[in-house]
Parts: sequence; structure tokens; C-alpha cells
Amino acid sequence: MNQPIKIVTVSDDSDDFVLSDADAQAIEHEKHHYEDPRAASIEALKIVQKRHGWVPDGAIKAISDLLGIPASDVEGVATFYSQIYRQPVGKHIIRYCDSVVCHITGFEEIVTELEKQLKIKPGQTTPDGRFTLLPTCCLGNCDKGPTMMVNDDTHVRLVPSNLANILEQYQ
Amino acid sequence: MATIHVDGKEYEVDGADNLLQACLSLGLDVPYFCWHPALGSVGACRQCAVKQYKDADDTRGRLVMSCMAPASDGAYISIEDEEAKAFRENVVEWLMSNHPHDCPVCEEGGNCHLQDMTVMTGHNSRRYRFAKRTHENQELGPFVSHEMNRCIACYRCTRYYKDYADGTDFGVYGANNNVYFGRPESGTLESEFAGNLVEVCPTGVFTDKTHTERYNRKWDMQFAPSICQQCSVGCNISPGERYGEVRRIENRYNGDVNHYFLCDRGRFGYGYTNLETRPKQPFTYQGEEQVTLNTEQAVQSASDIIKGSTRVIGIGSPRASLESNFALRKLVGADNFFTGIEAGEQQRLERMLQVLKTSGVYTPTLREIEKYDAVIILGEDITQTAARVALSVRQAVKGKAREMAAVQSVAEWQIAAIQNIGQHAKYPIFTTHTDRTRLDDVTAWHYSAPAADQARLGFAIAHAIDSSAPAVADLNDELQKKADFIASALKQSRKPLIISGSQAGEITLIDAAANIAKALKSQGVDEVGLTLVAREVNSMGLAMLGGKSLDEALSAISDGADTAIVLENDLYQRMSAQRVDQALDQLKHLIVVDHQYSATSKKAELVLSAGSFAEADGTVVNLEGRAQRFFQVYDPSYYKPGTLVFAAWRWLYLVNSAKNAHSSDAGTLDQLIAALASEMPQLAGIVGAAPNADFRIHGQKMARSPHRYSGRTAMRANISVHEPRQPQDQDSPFAFSMEGNNNPKADRNEVAFAWAPGWNSPQAWNKFQDEVGGHLRNGDPGVRLIETSNQGEYFAEIPASFVATEGQWQVAANYRLFGSDELSQRSAVIQERAGQQTVTIHPADAKTLGVNEHAMVSFAWGGQQWQLPLSFSDHISVGTIGLPLGTNGLPASLAGQMIDNLQEGHA
Repeated sequence: MNQPIKIVTVSDDSDDFVLSDADAQAIEHEKHHYEDPRAASIEALKIVQKRHGWVPDGAIKAISDLLGIPASDVEGVATFYSQIYRQPVGKHIIRYCDSVVCHITGFEEIVTELEKQLKIKPGQTTPDGRFTLLPTCCLGNCDKGPTMMVNDDTHVRLVPSNLANILEQYQ
Repeated sequence: MATIHVDGKEYEVDGADNLLQACLSLGLDVPYFCWHPALGSVGACRQCAVKQYKDADDTRGRLVMSCMAPASDGAYISIEDEEAKAFRENVVEWLMSNHPHDCPVCEEGGNCHLQDMTVMTGHNSRRYRFAKRTHENQELGPFVSHEMNRCIACYRCTRYYKDYADGTDFGVYGANNNVYFGRPESGTLESEFAGNLVEVCPTGVFTDKTHTERYNRKWDMQFAPSICQQCSVGCNISPGERYGEVRRIENRYNGDVNHYFLCDRGRFGYGYTNLETRPKQPFTYQGEEQVTLNTEQAVQSASDIIKGSTRVIGIGSPRASLESNFALRKLVGADNFFTGIEAGEQQRLERMLQVLKTSGVYTPTLREIEKYDAVIILGEDITQTAARVALSVRQAVKGKAREMAAVQSVAEWQIAAIQNIGQHAKYPIFTTHTDRTRLDDVTAWHYSAPAADQARLGFAIAHAIDSSAPAVADLNDELQKKADFIASALKQSRKPLIISGSQAGEITLIDAAANIAKALKSQGVDEVGLTLVAREVNSMGLAMLGGKSLDEALSAISDGADTAIVLENDLYQRMSAQRVDQALDQLKHLIVVDHQYSATSKKAELVLSAGSFAEADGTVVNLEGRAQRFFQVYDPSYYKPGTLVFAAWRWLYLVNSAKNAHSSDAGTLDQLIAALASEMPQLAGIVGAAPNADFRIHGQKMARSPHRYSGRTAMRANISVHEPRQPQDQDSPFAFSMEGNNNPKADRNEVAFAWAPGWNSPQAWNKFQDEVGGHLRNGDPGVRLIETSNQGEYFAEIPASFVATEGQWQVAANYRLFGSDELSQRSAVIQERAGQQTVTIHPADAKTLGVNEHAMVSFAWGGQQWQLPLSFSDHISVGTIGLPLGTNGLPASLAGQMIDNLQEGHA
């Protein structure tokens, strides 16, 4: 199921977004790796997301100014990639695989259990801001499915009964 | 040429085309979405699939996208193959899976490429039964509406807006089945060519917002071939009318001029034709009271005034047709005819005409401009003064990528490959202006300086190309180096183009441009082009017609002329109020013939209610010397019986007949054109600009309305239930009706609206062209009147460099696409788009004055005062002030004048 991409963003603090000096420097650095500054836009977005957790509207403008390319180009890249977040996400991001092999090995039970435990649907964030639940396509662990990632950790051979234990690790 | 076999038949086609182009050029129907003649092929939508076979013996074949397959010699394809047909039907079904069933409330309906293609493929029932993806729409400004749910993701909009028109505030967002086309956030589309999205989009995502308030279907409109009146380029348009008002303007294809695209001033600026304030009947005054006259009274009254006067002068207008100006000249006599153009502009126009005639340098058509490989623009911000030329120049710049691709044998329609190979490669373009210009993003080098210094650079470039061209004394070293650099770039190019014009208010810029062109020619660069931009729709026509300037007209009034007839001209737009007032107040009688109620009309004793371009026929001459006819779209008195609106030439002809006690014969357009041609040999060619009123196709006139036109019996029922006879058109080969010939295959080149069986959208132009995206099958309309011959010498009057004087500012002309044009500035949407205009000075000058940016400043000139907010520019020279001439009543003759009373606050 596709997650709706929010294009027209509601007003938030994004207009006040200020790129930190360190991030600006890191983006400048990336820019010099490429002939065309457009090529640095993915790295720039990742740099912002790493510090800020997600990419607010103001960051799109800031990156486009820094790279000297239209904001529409940066926004195009930012919204193309599902791993660049254009709205706030939780502290921990759960990405479960919903591809063919995990489908066979039973990812649906895993999602149902995650939804039950977290009381949210895929694409949503828990009210306490602890978890965001997202589907992803193939984590490259087809021999060990069902599988999911929480932040940078990969969890394999998932069974519904063990999910609570896994989630406990992420406070 | 190549021979291809389509469904068993053999055809000769252009082997450089792709199969889709080849099939469409042959008149075969292949459905398509993402392909567009001006945008090339990307093979994204998969709609144009056909079956291709290895040879005559291959019966299996394979599906190919016809837009991505070359029309190579010996190709065997089938459009009618069952598998290909089923595939195409499926593609539409997929594209439509998210498309709403909202055709009845969609403004694209009846003018929709998606509808046409869906019908063409045979898909007619939906199997998709899931929720459709939906989007929030954006507010894109006063011109274009946005309805993203209708999007089929063909990417044409972004390929047009970003890749073709170089817009930066538009893009595509998201991925997969969930993509979104629009701005990064809501806001007015910044491109001056955004309106073309309405026609580029194959469905109803982008629609004409100016049409929304008073909407009707395309098939319910009356059209006529027309010419845009909003600048000197002369783009071909199809205005659409319903219930006596213009409701939208569509592009009219002319393969030599605008082909598929217009600028937003031309497309959306028509609102002045619908203004309530327009005079709809002739009127005069009894004391203070305005008295409406009927035709006979008005004509008699004008004739009486003329007969009772000692000297009558006629003041013509560059925004009126040749016919109207000529009729005025006939009425008052050649000695008493004045062009209505202020002396400076008149002088520049005459110089431009002289250059066009005698420089020996070719003036390219708008279309040809796209093929030049080096461009220098002296003194004009062409995006503001002749916007459509700027769009062509942008394509010329991209020629570099096409050239690089051609070296690698990549076909011209392989647009994605060309862009990949070209990356940011550009042919060189150099610009000069008093400030920055809207072409800065593609300019190799830009020079901001006062007009005289720009001209000096131009002269220096000419001298650097050919040392026998006059040299510029005391040019600083740095500028000399630039001149040498530009000279060598131009010399090395195959087809250099020089552009200048009248609007900087500096005649030597035109001289310098001519010198550069001539110098290149003398050095063996054969394909030099020279384009000179005039200010108004018929400026060049009036220059060719001849006549003395407005200044001389005002002097004639001081010298005793007691009556003046002013034709479609607001003199206050041209000169200081003081001078105009002074002259008009001396007159005993002032007659104004106009379709607007202007400041000049307010001074008139008698106003004759003229037709706008939509209510009159006429001929205008564009900047390249192309005479083009515009035809009346509708008869306003049909809907509003009291209306007495005639072409200005008809009023003047009637008055002339009455004056000479001839019969009250109204004359026809053809009679007037014949008289004009015989008296003015230089304009004799206009007879051939369009077919005359006797032109028939199989004995029929041409229809102004599509055959589905509905509601005619009812549309006047509020006035009378008896349907009157349709108005009869004595002046043109068109009928005010859906009755008449409308066959796309007929031998004609004047096309009121684009329609062909199965093709209701603007893509129907395919059916009128010799090859898709080429020329109209029976020749593009219009006729070029000027053949150049090499007689001229180099111009040698080199101006002195500008020197700033403290406390004085020289006026730099900053014309604005939205706001400077006398007519379109009266349209509400143009006012909204234009926003607040500002005066521009250098920050150093502001410091001296002690004013901050955005502060209100005031100044006075010619007895008038202005207050405008201030903006800063680092590019404008110290000692000069950029004024948005034409807006805020700032008259054109301010260009180059000195302002010595600039101050903060209110005057």
C-alpha cells in the first residue's frame, strides 16, 4: 500500500529552519565531489536528516540556496526517496519488509502484531513519538524472513511473540 | 527520405523522424501523450505502441514505442495489429485508473487530448474498482488553475516548464504511482510562459483560470484567426467568444512565428476587450451631459465638425491596424496625418526600418531564431518587451546540446539523450541592459550600463570584427577586452544573431546592432541575423505607412490646427500630461475613435466607439516586417442590440463619405485594402496577407464556430424569442456561424480554431500541418513585406560615455511584460500578476539621498508627480534611475530624460 506523500505541508516551524554551520560545511564538502551541484542533493538531504531527524520545508530552501539549484529540484529528490522524511518521525524507525519473500514467510502476522503493540498503522508515529512504523521493500535478507530494521539494526526470522522483546530494546 | 510500410501500404517519409512523427505527418492516427512536437520523445507513457516487423516476411513482429523508433528506410510496422491495439487500449486504462470521472465539470472537456486518445484507443469501460489517489491542489496565481487529481503523469508539463521554458519554480515530486506536478509550494508561477501549460497538459490539470469565471465549452465558442495585439512580435492567436465577450485566447499555430507557444501577456491580457467602461455607442456632450448618438448622428456630427474647421489633423496609432491608420490619413490628407508616436520613438522606428531595408542582413522569423548559435542582445530586456522572442532565444541557446548530440548521431527528437549529452552546455549569449535582465540565467556575459555606454560597447564589437567599422575612442581596457572576446565568439559562430530595439530610448543602440551585423557579414559570416524589437503591434506598419511624429502633431495644433481626430491612442501614455494638455486645450474640436475610454477620450467632444481586435478586421505588421491579418471574432450588436461598435476604419470611412457627400456606403475591408495597396506601393503586399472576402471552399464561407455549437436559438431569448438572421460578414471569408466549411484538409491557411475529426484538443494542429510541428499545409499565414538589400554604410555617430551628475538621474527604461502595455494593463488579471511596480536606483545613490529600500520616493516630470516604492539594484549605474515605463502612467518619452527632484516620501 502506498503511503500518501504530503506535498502541501501544514505550517510548522520549517520557516525558522536554520542550517547548522557544521551541516552547511558538510554539504559544501559534498558539493565539491561533483561536477554538477545537483548530484549533491541526496547527500545534503541525508546530512540534514541525520541531525534533524527529518527534512522540514525550510531545509529544502536552505539546501537549494547552498547548492545554487532550484528548490523544485531539491524537493523532487526529497520526495522521490521514501527514506527521506518530509514530516516528523519518531525517535525509532521500524522498517518491516513487505516484499515477495517476506510475504511468503508471513510478514502480515508481524505487521498485525506491530500494529497491535504500537497502536498505530503503517505510516504513523506513536503519540509519545517513540516509534514510526514504515513498510520497506526488500532488506536483502530473503533467506531469513520475515525481517525488519529498527533504526540501523536488522532483525531476522521474526515471530510475533518475540516482537515485544525487540521493541523493549528501543526506549 | 525513407520508405516505410504501414499496414501493408508503402509511404515516403522523412527518415530523420521517428515513426510516430512519420505516421502523424502521413495523417495516420496513432495515440500519444508524452510526445509533443516541440518537446521531443521520451517514451514514458507507452501509448504510441505499434508493431514492428523485421521485414516483409516477419509475421510475428514486436511491440515498439513509435515515438522512440526511427522511421528508418524499409521499416515495416502495423498500427492496426490486434496486439498493438489491445496494448494501447490497456495503456489508456492504466493511465485512467486514477483519473476522475469528472469530465462534465472539467474545463478541459471537449478540448481534451486525454478524451480524444481514450476514444481513439477504444477504451470505454472502467474495471479499476479501488480508491483513487488524490492530491491537494496549489494556488498558482491569477492565470492557471491546478487540479492534480486529473494527472496521468505524462511529464509533459515539467518537460515544457523546466526543460523548454527554463522555469525553476516547478517540478515533479514523489515517486511511483504517486507523483505530483507543481511548485515547491503554492504561489504564482514565475515563468512568463506559464500559460502554455494549459495547452501542453493533455488533460485538465492546468486550465485557463481567466476562463473559469465565465466558462463554456470550446465547441460553444465563436473563433476567428487573430493576431496578438500586445507587442510587436505578432503571435497568431484564436480568441474564443461567447455571449459577446472574449472568454479565452488559444494559441494559433503558425510554423513561422509562434508555433505552439504564447507568452502570458498575450494569452491572458485580453480582459480590456470586455471592460464595462468601454464606449459601446458614439457619444458627445451637451454641456456636461453625455449624449449617446446613433450611427448617422455620429457620422454627421463628425463630418460637420470637419467641414467647419480650418485645419483638421489626424493622429494615428501604432496599436491600430494599417487600414484604420490609412482611413484616417485619407480623411485628413497625407499632410495632416501624424503617426501618434512621440518623436524619439518615431526616429528610432524609422532607423529600424532603414536598417531592415538596407543593411543587407536577414531578419529571421521567430521560429528561425531558435536555430542561431550565438546571440547578442543590445539594450533590450526582451522577456519584458517581446517575450516570445526570449523563449525562442532560449531554444537557440540549447542548440549547443543538439549539436553535441548530432555529432554522436543522436536524432533530434531524442530529447532525453540530447539533454544528457549536453548537460549545461550552451551556445553563447551576450546581453546589455541598464540593469539585469530575465535572460541572466542563460547569459554568458551581461553588461549593465547606461544606454549610451551599451551602444559604445556595440560599436567596439563591430570594430573588433571589422576594423573598417568606426572605432570607439577612449574605451577602457577591460571593456575593450570584452568587446574583443564577444567579437571573436560571434565571428567563430556559424549563425550569429544580433537583437536590439527601440525601447532603451537610444537610437545609437540600433546603429551599433546594425554595425555588428554588417561587420560580421563583411567578414564572410553569411548567415547573420538581425532582429529589431519595436514597441507595439503595428509600430513597424506605421513606420512603413509613414507620417510625422506626435510632437509635430502637437506643434501643428499650436500653429493653428483647430480640430484633431485621435485614433486608438492615449496620448498621455506617450508624453507628459503638461504637453498633451496644453495642445488639446488649444483645440476647438477633439474627436477620438477608440475602443477604450482613455485619458485622451475624456478630453474629446465626440467619441466614436471602435471595435477591439475581437470586433474588427485589420492588418498589422510585426517586427520582422510580416503583415498579418486579424479577423473579427464576433458582432457585439447581435447580443446587445443597442451596441454601435465598428472597426475604426469603418467609422473613418463613413465620416469621409459623409464629408464628401458620397453615398453612405460603408465600404468593405477589401476595398480599403485595395486603395491602400494602390496608394502605398511599399504596403501593396498586404493584399496577400490573407484571403479576401470572396474566398470560398466548395462555395462555402469558413465557419467561425465548431459544428457542435449549441444554444443559438436560446441565447437571445431574453431579448426576443425570434431568432434573428446571423450577422453577415461582408469583410472576410468567415461566417458568424457554425455553418460553413471547417475541413482541416481544405486548401486554406486561415484557421479559426483547431479541430479535426477525433481531435478536439490543440493537438488537432497535426492535421493542418505539412509535417507535424512543421508549417501549415497551405503555407503559414502572413506575408513578409521587406526584402533587404545591402546599401547602407556603417553608422558612425558614436555617443559619448554617460557621466553621472550629482542630484540628477537619467531615466533607464524598465519596461514590464505585465503592466507596461497600454491595453493589457487594463485587464484585472494582468494588474494582479504585475503587482506593485518600483523605481530602481543604485544603493550608493540611495545612501547619498539618505533613503532606505522599500521607502516611498517621489519625483516630478513634465508637470506630473509620481510616488513609488524604491528598490535597489547593484547593476544599475550610479546617476541613473530605472522606471517601469508604461505603468503608473509613466509615459514612454521619459526614457533617457533627466530627473532632478527625486526625494523620499510624498511630493
